[in-house]
Amino acid sequence: MVGGGGGGGAGGGLLENANPLIYERSGERPVTAVEEDEQVADSIDAREIFDLIRSINDPEHPLTLEELNVVEQVRVQVSDPESTVAVAFTPTIPHCSMATLIGLSIKVKLLRSLPQRFKMDVHITPGTHASEHAVNKQLADKERVAAALENAHLLEVVNQCLSARS
Amino acid sequence: MPRGSSLENPEPRTRERGIQLLSQVLLQCHSLLLEKEVVHLVLFYENRLKDHHLVIPAVLRGLRALSLCVTLPPGLAVSVLKAIFQEVHVQSLPQVDRHTVYSIITNFMRTREEELKGLGADFTFGFIQVMDGEKDPRNLLVAFRIVHDLISRDYNLGPFVEELFEVTSCYFPIDFTPPPNDPHGIQREDLILSLRAVLASTPRFAEFLLPLLIEKVDSEILSAKLDSLQTLNACCAVYGQKELKDFLPSLWASIRREVFQTASERVEAEGLAALQSLTACLSRSVLRADAEDHLDFFLSNILQDCRHHLCEPDMKLVWPSAKLLQAAAGASARACDHITSNVLPLLLEQFHRHSQSNQRRTILEMILGFLKLQQKWSYENKGERPLSAFKDQLCSLIFTALTDPNTQLQLVGVRTLTVLGAQPADLLSSGDLELAVGHLYRLSFLEEDAQSCRVAALEASGALATLYPVAFSSHLVPKLAEELCMGESDLAREKRSTNCSRHLRCLQALSAVSTHPSIVKETLPLLLQHLCQLNKGNVVVEPSEVIAVCQSLQRVAEKCQLDPESCWYFHQTAIPCLLALAVQASMAEKEHSIMRKVLLEDEVLAAMVSVIGTATTHLSPDLAAQSVACIVPLFLDGNISFLPENSFPCRFQPFQDGSSGQRRLVALLMAFVCSLPRNVEIPQLNQLMRELLELSCCPGCPFSSTAAAKCFAGLLNKHPAGQQLDEFLQLAVDKVEAGLGSGAHRSQAFTLLLWVTKALVLRYHPLSSCLTDRLMGLLSDSELGPKAADGFSLLMSDCTDVLTRAGHADVRIMFRQRFFTDNVPALVQGFHAAPQDVKPNYLKGLSHVLNRLPKPVLLPELPTLLSLLLEALSCPDCVVQLSTLSCLQPLLLEAPQVMSLHVDTLVTKFLNLSSSPSMAVRIAALQCMHALTRLPIPVLLPYKPQVIRALAKPLDDKKRLVRKEAVSARGEWFLLGSPGS
Repeated sequence: MVGGGGGGGAGGGLLENANPLIYERSGERPVTAVEEDEQVADSIDAREIFDLIRSINDPEHPLTLEELNVVEQVRVQVSDPESTVAVAFTPTIPHCSMATLIGLSIKVKLLRSLPQRFKMDVHITPGTHASEHAVNKQLADKERVAAALENAHLLEVVNQCLSARS
Repeated sequence: MPRGSSLENPEPRTRERGIQLLSQVLLQCHSLLLEKEVVHLVLFYENRLKDHHLVIPAVLRGLRALSLCVTLPPGLAVSVLKAIFQEVHVQSLPQVDRHTVYSIITNFMRTREEELKGLGADFTFGFIQVMDGEKDPRNLLVAFRIVHDLISRDYNLGPFVEELFEVTSCYFPIDFTPPPNDPHGIQREDLILSLRAVLASTPRFAEFLLPLLIEKVDSEILSAKLDSLQTLNACCAVYGQKELKDFLPSLWASIRREVFQTASERVEAEGLAALQSLTACLSRSVLRADAEDHLDFFLSNILQDCRHHLCEPDMKLVWPSAKLLQAAAGASARACDHITSNVLPLLLEQFHRHSQSNQRRTILEMILGFLKLQQKWSYENKGERPLSAFKDQLCSLIFTALTDPNTQLQLVGVRTLTVLGAQPADLLSSGDLELAVGHLYRLSFLEEDAQSCRVAALEASGALATLYPVAFSSHLVPKLAEELCMGESDLAREKRSTNCSRHLRCLQALSAVSTHPSIVKETLPLLLQHLCQLNKGNVVVEPSEVIAVCQSLQRVAEKCQLDPESCWYFHQTAIPCLLALAVQASMAEKEHSIMRKVLLEDEVLAAMVSVIGTATTHLSPDLAAQSVACIVPLFLDGNISFLPENSFPCRFQPFQDGSSGQRRLVALLMAFVCSLPRNVEIPQLNQLMRELLELSCCPGCPFSSTAAAKCFAGLLNKHPAGQQLDEFLQLAVDKVEAGLGSGAHRSQAFTLLLWVTKALVLRYHPLSSCLTDRLMGLLSDSELGPKAADGFSLLMSDCTDVLTRAGHADVRIMFRQRFFTDNVPALVQGFHAAPQDVKPNYLKGLSHVLNRLPKPVLLPELPTLLSLLLEALSCPDCVVQLSTLSCLQPLLLEAPQVMSLHVDTLVTKFLNLSSSPSMAVRIAALQCMHALTRLPIPVLLPYKPQVIRALAKPLDDKKRLVRKEAVSARGEWFLLGSPGS
């Protein structure tokens, strides 16, 4: 359970957005015969990237980024041969104070889950957040991301977002 | 008097010793005391209560012994208690002595209830003072029990109700963690339940308790919320409207908030349960004629707070609102009516107001929930049925959903249709049903991408056909029959590829709808006729087409099993027909019918085997005896008289004749005789067994020799112990030994050995160990070794065709455990003694045994086996690696302490295997890497950097399924020892 967000919010009703729109979860990706064939190589595609990030927990709600439509498969661009991936995410409200944290969680999840050869770009869907530029800049700055993860409190929140829901 | 001297000694410690001795004696002999003695002793002890405080514990022990006396005259119990209340300050005594006081009170309450009640409220007050401030969990359990008895046995509480509540409710919510190594074994849950029993025992506590519960639900502590909601739930069993009415708005506000905002499913579930109990309580209360009914008012409040959320099917609160309303509606018929009559029109209107499929789906799912609740209340009076007014609207809405392009919406539509159809009779008109059947027909032929919807439509057809057989017989079965015929004629026109899947769906639909005896009488002939038609056609028939028909037949047979009449109908109709087709096919070697060859193929025969087995297991013994009297002579003597078409070109002699086609049909005999109830006598058994044994070692056709071996084993397993069984066994052993000795038949003899062993292992026959040893000996056989290793898998697994519980085989429930205990030591020993080249056979055999064993049985054996399993990880055989990994994975989860001793080996070997050439091994190795994270964190932390580095490699595996496991394993390793995990 999310300590500050879910549990505390239950008592006081202090959520920024208490009754957000929620979206359906896509099911597990069906396993195809090709995927079970030892010989064939499966390239890393947009759905695979989306599956990595869709179950990240929102820092505030007991909901996933997918259910809040913060991430969508159409906003994932990936090229396996060129080793690049780009993810755009959409905060639920333009003034969402959690935008940086959400971006950071996505970034960390990709860093932990993708081969090192990948170059990754995580940014806010253009025009969906008040301080879009500032947030994007922070997320693109390798040193700032590294420094953020040195911060025990921040790391704790990020890890909570990335933990499997109990 | 020697006693007097220490009892009257001026030194209190000496007096204490004296009284202690006396008390111990009394505890031993209280049952022998005379009334006069008891009176004397009681007066003495009461008087001693005034003595020095050092003496008191010994005095109390004596009084406890006296409280057990049957001869205690009336009046003394009261006087003892009064003396204790007056003279002893209980809470300043040690725990044991406080416990003694509670015991005295408990004893008197058990035997002198009337006298104690004579004390009136003084007794209650006295007890309140005794327990006030009690802290020890052991004593609290007793004290709560006493309070519960005070209330439930109707002692006079007088003006002390609030005091009694205070002295108990101060422990709520219970916050107690048993100390480690607690010898008393009192759990938090014990205290919670016994306190809850007290608090929820009387409506007289309501005015004090309800505010407390509301306060605790509003607290931030999860356990307090849960306990309060559960206690509220318990209270509703004894409360009425009178107690609840003043608190309803606050209770509702608290419950609503918890369900709307909680992140915990348990809180949500308890909140909903409490709401349901509250509503049930309000519904139940008997009202005076002039009193207002709080139920309606309460429900209106709920509706008011929830209904607007139902109109926002995209928003987060829509489901919590629906759940709250459904919880309330599930409480009583009245509540259900009130809510349904308000919500249903709203939802019907909202459905039309929203046009997006997923919004409509949410709304329809809510409607479905409310419809399901209707089934909970039976409405005797037809006029009262609240759904009749909405029936037409509901039907048209469901039909809209069924024609929507969105599969998910269709799926909910199908489920809603099923529930609506299951409402008490004649809600749906015959017109509605015809339309519904039409939709189900259409959905049954949906394309591949709407698989789930098609399956749901088939299930719905099955469920509704039991209720409305006539509608389905008249509107669905004829259409399906037509479809089937079209398939037949189209076959000739070679348009098969497109029709093949349609044909398959038609067969599935036919079996799905065969849920009513009257429908089976139409569908079974259709299917059999279709099979004969395929046989007569001149076109190439694929085995898959025949198998599809057999699968359909089997599903019909399954549906017939529960109804004896249908079961017999199916058996006597289908089995002669199938046998006739097969017999005919087996003789047609010179003719050119391709279908006939097709019927004899392995998979086709296997499909027929399942039909025959399913159609036989549920027969009653006398009907089965009728059938066995025809079928056994068919195979032994070629008696074909009972077959529907019996003009064949030559004799049917599967056992004598050399034709391989005929021999293959022994599989069908096996399907039948091995599924019979155990008490059905098989004619000519002796001859049959000898023929089977002969055939089982016949070279040339592994299919028929294996079928014969299985059939022999199946009959052996059911045969009662005795001389005949021993004879059969001796014959089998001789046959096996002869075969294993010679060069040509070793493989067949081995198969026979394997099946006979299985038959005996299952029934714990004494000879089974002997045969198992023989099998184990073959593990080091250069030719049969690998086969023998795989044989262990067969021994431990469940078969589908013979030796099944469903087929009445003698299967002891613990056979796997027993096999494990009896044979694993020998396997381990064999492994160590075996030469290097056959060691893998032993490991493989062992892996099979371990894999099939329930994990709880395996855990205690782990320390002795672990070194072997770790060695098995280095075995180059993929099967051994895979089964060892799948064995270790649950052990990592369930016995992390034991496994952590080997962490170094495990990490190294798992990481090595994660780059195995076999994808399945890589996946299993990574799952084990994931499971390793369950080990104690300090053990793992030294490996964390190394593991995270090593797991970067499988992140770039060429197979997606491997990458997926690598991602989740690596993610978990990152979280180890990191804040927030």
